[in-house]
Amino acid sequence: MSTGVIIRAVELGLIFSVLSLGEYITVKVMDSPDLTVDGSFVTGGCTAAMLTLAGFPNLGLAAAFVAGLLCGCVTAFLQTKMKIQGLLAGILTMTALYSVNLRIMQGAPNVSLYAVPKPTILNNPATVLYVLIAIVALIALLMYAFFKTNLGLMLRAAGDNEEMIRSSSVNVDSMKFLGFALSNGLVALSGALLVQFQKFADVTGGTGMLVLGLAGIIIGEAVFRRSGIGFGLAASITGAILYRLLYTLALQLGFPATDMNLVSAVLVAVTISIPHLQKLKKKRGSHA
Amino acid sequence: MLELKDVSVIFNQGTSLEKRALDEVSVHIPEGQFVTVLGSNGAGKSTFFNVITGAAPAAEGTIVLDGQDITAQKEHVRSRSIGRLFQNPEHGTAPHLTVEENLALAYSRSRGPFSRAIRKEEQALFREKLKTLDMGLEDRLKTPIGLLSGGQRQAVALMMAVLNPPKLLLLDEHTAALDPKSARKILEITNDLVRREHMTALMITHNMTDGLTNGDRLLIFNDGKITQDFSGEGKKKLKPADLLDFYEV
Repeated sequence: MSTGVIIRAVELGLIFSVLSLGEYITVKVMDSPDLTVDGSFVTGGCTAAMLTLAGFPNLGLAAAFVAGLLCGCVTAFLQTKMKIQGLLAGILTMTALYSVNLRIMQGAPNVSLYAVPKPTILNNPATVLYVLIAIVALIALLMYAFFKTNLGLMLRAAGDNEEMIRSSSVNVDSMKFLGFALSNGLVALSGALLVQFQKFADVTGGTGMLVLGLAGIIIGEAVFRRSGIGFGLAASITGAILYRLLYTLALQLGFPATDMNLVSAVLVAVTISIPHLQKLKKKRGSHA
Repeated sequence: MLELKDVSVIFNQGTSLEKRALDEVSVHIPEGQFVTVLGSNGAGKSTFFNVITGAAPAAEGTIVLDGQDITAQKEHVRSRSIGRLFQNPEHGTAPHLTVEENLALAYSRSRGPFSRAIRKEEQALFREKLKTLDMGLEDRLKTPIGLLSGGQRQAVALMMAVLNPPKLLLLDEHTAALDPKSARKILEITNDLVRREHMTALMITHNMTDGLTNGDRLLIFNDGKITQDFSGEGKKKLKPADLLDFYEV
């Protein structure tokens, strides 16, 4: 691989590490994977694309984050107030978002950002790597600080032992709103960064994003093998970048890009089942 | 302090399975009293606790805590003034959070949501408080609590319940799942803490000796009602054998 290809892979990895950081909140902290991601990722992209076209690229990033917050709130509302089962709530929001995303892009299935009134912060190839590093570092630091506050602690405890939190004076429903909103806000921001980076927004671009972000978290965990919030955040970032590097390597080896969803899914499935398989093996060993 | 007036809890109301889990219970518990609660399974002890915390709704009657009618208050609002400990130590603590994070969860909230949960001050305070338990927990502040033994977890849970002394402490068979030695230790700590902080506390137990040797007053539940109420000299004279007569089989 040439240096140029590797750097581009790292840049994309950094963008997807924002996705993994977002999913870290739902998957790891709250212990409830959220399928809204496949929709909210695109919502962020569409929102940023339209505002970038209108001449407000940075506002576009901020608006994407806010749009993601709202997507998360919808899922939290369905789950807590309407008592819809977790995964289904996410699927419902994701499905609805497909139509919403098309509306945001005024009916167009994709939008090109090659001719925009104002350059985005990711426009200059010489600086884009540093800009992305700064963004990811800032997000990770803010998340780390947040998880050490009282509110962050409550959110973590609500995911760790919901019953305990229910019988303490914390409103569990509010914690769900907070967690899903923050998570999807980051996911949407990741989608927005990708759109500005690729100068292209596509309404179908969200398929497989949940699994992709999960793959990043899982690879990172395999590398770090330590628990704790700091390690978890660092693992999500490292894992997302590593995954993108592996992805690029696979492409260079001649795998078609369309196979990558299969690869991500298999990777996640295998990694999650490893502890169970090890247990089975041990059991069988002891019976022999 | 705590006043229940004709409180009933009815399960499956209006169906053929209707059951009065609590049947017009009235009781007054003055401030600083330590009450033990006995009764056979299904007698209504846990429902009694549940209706006080709001986990079970009262179908009839009123509940007043510290001069305030809390009958209609939501569970998470009431729990600001009521601490509760359960039989299972896993119930009261978050396993992946460290000992100090669990304690901070109980202690630091009043400082506002966005302030740092654990500063040097809290660490020092937690260490000092844990030291009084004499279980070596003060050196394990950074350990995820899921790695501790049941007795250690229950001790931390108890500490969490009394760090910000609640108006009322409810102990729901909180030593029943522990080995005898840990159970004795936790009971000892419970007595210490309740006396030191002058807390109003209720303790459910299945162990008659524990029910007799602890606390200032003893309530016995049968079939959703309080059928016996001993305090002072009357309670001191009781023997475990006497109690068996009060249980309906």
